[in-house]
Amino acid sequence: MSELRELYQELILEHSKKPRNYRVLDTANHKAEGFNPLCGDHFTVYVDVKDGAIQDVGFQGSGCAISKASASMMTQMLKGKTEAEAEDIFTRFHDLVTGHAGGDGEDLGKLAVFAGVSEFPLRVKCATLAWHALRAALRGEEQAVSTE
Amino acid sequence: MSTATKPPHVIQAAPAFDVERVRKDFPILHQKVHGKPLVYLDNAATTQKPLAVIEAIANYYRHDNSNIHRGVHTLSERATEAYEKVRVAAQKFLNAADTKEIIFVRGTTEAINLVAQSYGRKNVGSGDEILITAMEHHSNIVPWQLLCEEKDAKLRVAPINDRGELLLDEFEKLLGPKTKIVAVGHISNALGTINPVREIIRMAHDRDIPVLVDGAQAAPRIPVDVQALDCDFYAISGHKMYGPTGIGVLYGKAEFLEAMPPYQGGGDMIASVTFDKTVYNRLPYKFEAGTPNIADTIGLGAAIEYLNQLGLEAVDRHEADLLSHATQAVESIPGVRVVGTAREKAGVLSFVMDEIHPHDIGTILDNEGIAIRTGHHCAQPVMQRFNIPATARASFGLYNTREEVDALVAGIHRVREVLG
Repeated sequence: MSELRELYQELILEHSKKPRNYRVLDTANHKAEGFNPLCGDHFTVYVDVKDGAIQDVGFQGSGCAISKASASMMTQMLKGKTEAEAEDIFTRFHDLVTGHAGGDGEDLGKLAVFAGVSEFPLRVKCATLAWHALRAALRGEEQAVSTE
Repeated sequence: MSTATKPPHVIQAAPAFDVERVRKDFPILHQKVHGKPLVYLDNAATTQKPLAVIEAIANYYRHDNSNIHRGVHTLSERATEAYEKVRVAAQKFLNAADTKEIIFVRGTTEAINLVAQSYGRKNVGSGDEILITAMEHHSNIVPWQLLCEEKDAKLRVAPINDRGELLLDEFEKLLGPKTKIVAVGHISNALGTINPVREIIRMAHDRDIPVLVDGAQAAPRIPVDVQALDCDFYAISGHKMYGPTGIGVLYGKAEFLEAMPPYQGGGDMIASVTFDKTVYNRLPYKFEAGTPNIADTIGLGAAIEYLNQLGLEAVDRHEADLLSHATQAVESIPGVRVVGTAREKAGVLSFVMDEIHPHDIGTILDNEGIAIRTGHHCAQPVMQRFNIPATARASFGLYNTREEVDALVAGIHRVREVLG
């Protein structure tokens, strides 16, 4: 039970019910789709990048509480960051949810609430789906990214 | 005489079904998951194996392991006999007219690919059509798409209604002079719908169109009689009927199988080989190239015997009771909707919850020791039809109990509690 509470933290549930930046971004100059064919989660991530910095991020789609909350908090986290910073945050976030992070993710701010995912290996793909899509968008990859 | 679509309530008295005794036959069930007794409700994905099956496989490797059909030594003779006995058991299980109509394959998927690649490539041409239904498993869609792509043929799809029932009138309208094959699931793995295969086959045969039935979900649940159905092909998977993975059966009418070219080439499927000409073996060996999956075939034989002893009528009745108990209980939970409400239904309860994704349902139930499936169940077009990304699916097996259904219901309440 405690593991379950670790996974479904209040902040995660709150974001999954009221996702932030849940919209098509009119100003987006990058976008990409993320798709998990196993569970049917499907998000489109929109990014507005100027001079190597992320001006705005939005997303839309459907998915579980973990994937939706992760997408929502990602959009908040990355606004104003450079592409290199975004890559770095993703790497550290990935380490956190796969249990490879040294610490408890404190350096990731609010994203630290996803630490509980590492106890649920099957849910790592949910937590990272929107991030993979974001990376594909920044790299200008047209093909939908799949977590399979 | 047994029929494949006989509803459970008209079945005559049969030996009492003692689920507690049955559960003792399945060692895997007696364990805890996350500190709770395992409640295994993912039987449409794969079933657990009784001790009889596990031991049959172990004993084969312990005592009889040998290659079949060619050795003169004792072990080879024993292995061959054990292997061929299962062909007879499968013939009787499906009530096929002859053992040569029983082809051992890896499973339903391979059976359908075999028919598509052998019968299909020979008989389907440019502009022809293959007719399936909107509730098929990917394994009864993609092999036909591959064939259509190669032959420039067209895949037609008969629609279903909001209950998940095939619209028979629409189906019949889609049968035309260009239709070369009809392929239909007997029981839908995503919705539980029992299709009216007998009528489907009659309609197709009125127009001389052969019919393949995907029986993966039916074989463990209802008695199947391929002669009474008059289907031309019937495909089943061992692992969905309490047998091992990697083994299944393709039933085909002899007249069809005789006329079909081999699916794969190799040893065992030949009568003689020279570099100029190879003569193919007779049925069923023409379709069994290479050393087959002997051990799992023997395991399948033990599974068939196990089902025969319990009696599929009794299994059907037991599962129908579980399904109706579960349906009533789950439907009455606020915010839960059952997907697939066909009047003729078996084994499967797919549902969705307001505002809660099936994946989250699956994780929380797992934490309660309850194994269900979440996702599209290899039937993405079904999800598209109901405009949902996925469902949570509980599917029942002969060892499930009413208490386990109650645990599922309590688990669903728990989901609401955790996710608010």
